[in-house]
Amino acid sequence: MTGTFRRYVLLGVLGLFILFLYGPTLTILVLSFQGPDGGLTFPMNGVSLHWFARLFQTQAVGDFGGSLTRSFTLATMVMVTTVVVSLAAGMAFRRKFWGAGPLFTLTVASLIIPSILVSLGVGLLFNQLGFDPDWYSSAFGAQLTWTLPFGLLIMFAVFNRFNRAWEEAARDLGATPWQSFRHVVLPIILPSVIGIALFGFTLSYDEFARTLLTAGSDNTLPLEIFGMTTSVTTPVLYALGTLTTVFSFFVILVSLVIVRVLAAKRGA
Amino acid sequence: MARLKPVPFLQAAPLALILVFFLLIPMFVLVVVSFFDYDSVQIIPAFQLTNYTDVLGSAVTWRTYLNTFRFTVIVWAVTVVLGFTVAYVLAFEIRSRTTQMVLFLVCTVPFLTSNIIRMISWIPFLGREGLLNSALLKLGLIHQPLEFLLFSDFAVVLAYTHLYALFMVTPIFNTMMRIDRRLLEAALDNGAGWWRTITTVVLPLSKSGIAIGSIFVVTMVMGDFVTVRLMSGGQSASVGLMISNQISLLQYPAACANAVVLLAIVLMMIGAILRIVDIRKEL
Repeated sequence: MTGTFRRYVLLGVLGLFILFLYGPTLTILVLSFQGPDGGLTFPMNGVSLHWFARLFQTQAVGDFGGSLTRSFTLATMVMVTTVVVSLAAGMAFRRKFWGAGPLFTLTVASLIIPSILVSLGVGLLFNQLGFDPDWYSSAFGAQLTWTLPFGLLIMFAVFNRFNRAWEEAARDLGATPWQSFRHVVLPIILPSVIGIALFGFTLSYDEFARTLLTAGSDNTLPLEIFGMTTSVTTPVLYALGTLTTVFSFFVILVSLVIVRVLAAKRGA
Repeated sequence: MARLKPVPFLQAAPLALILVFFLLIPMFVLVVVSFFDYDSVQIIPAFQLTNYTDVLGSAVTWRTYLNTFRFTVIVWAVTVVLGFTVAYVLAFEIRSRTTQMVLFLVCTVPFLTSNIIRMISWIPFLGREGLLNSALLKLGLIHQPLEFLLFSDFAVVLAYTHLYALFMVTPIFNTMMRIDRRLLEAALDNGAGWWRTITTVVLPLSKSGIAIGSIFVVTMVMGDFVTVRLMSGGQSASVGLMISNQISLLQYPAACANAVVLLAIVLMMIGAILRIVDIRKEL
């Protein structure tokens, strides 16, 4: 096997992998524009926005508007909390402090304990304490056990490459610890902080297993979609899938643009 | 022991409080409730081992665990090979730094979209009248639609691979990016072929990335219930699904006993991986 041939084969593998990742999603994107008489598979029976319109009629889907609002609010709450808490903890882990070891172990454990166990545990805890589980309380907490470890690991990666000389320079010039954080550290790590925000938002917005037993009586969007998979057999399911996927891509795009703008500003 | 310093302590406190309240205490509750008694309407505080003897004494449980292990091993093998290959191409075959980052991003983005939607999106492809069957029929390779494509173990493994391959690609890619390129040149200069360079240089130096990816994939497949439920069409079982069924029947203590057993097994598997590969230098 010559080098060039092998290179083409390897690049081909990467191409197929990307097709494998995106192909199915593209299929339902196309099928969501199915005509009113169309089914769940090809061929396309005309092209229409019928299924998107159906999505907004309440009888078609349980409570699309309500669950979307809840998911959006929850994702925003999780995003803000994840950014603030993992940023603070990331700063803490740069120095030694009492309990650093066990806290790190707990954070890693949070990432690897199966989601359904967290869901069950938090649900039971609320039950035993006599609290009603709700999306903004128990589900909020359960989702944080998934987003915070990611946030902290990103902070670790950032501070591993961080040059402490900048801070020392700020201190030598008389900056208080807060001033050196606000005017030196934060601007430098801001792109990664946006990354944490993106992770926090999207992981919460799409979270299913940890929300299942903790959301209480009001569904979030993934729970609503999961309910639909067993009852809905029309392309309205695809229309919903297309909408949430487009929304996720939009959020990712906005974050990337912000990061690029920040980078350009710093370069200028 | 480090001296008690107030600032980092306070900075870490919110993380500690959240994890204690929403992870540590819930896991403790799981263990406590696993010893409780229950009837059809409520759970009754008690200390009994019945839930565990029920779980461990039932042939169904053992079969379900075996089935879950089977999925885990297959998916692990597939994602390791796929993840290693893709990470290798990204790290060593793509020369331009910008292209590399763009392609890496392209591979990461699906992780930030809905898993359930990504599972559903296989339906028009794999279904009885799906794209794959139509294509094969048209090509004359088959004469009637293949039934095993959707709602089968095959579909479950495919969906797992689709969902979790990224968790293998990302850590392996990260480790590979830190490999000193001169080592590869040295191997080639000393007469090692391409394959030998991979097996004796790249593979050993990527071990920690492979271990981290394996931990992700193993824990996610071991604890999964959604994928098995959606993609097997109720024809296959997993431990997670068994737990979720017990929950829907309000058999919380039984579900908890099962959960504790599952947790113990997952932790042992991770322990075994960490025994083989030291990942501390990655952190």
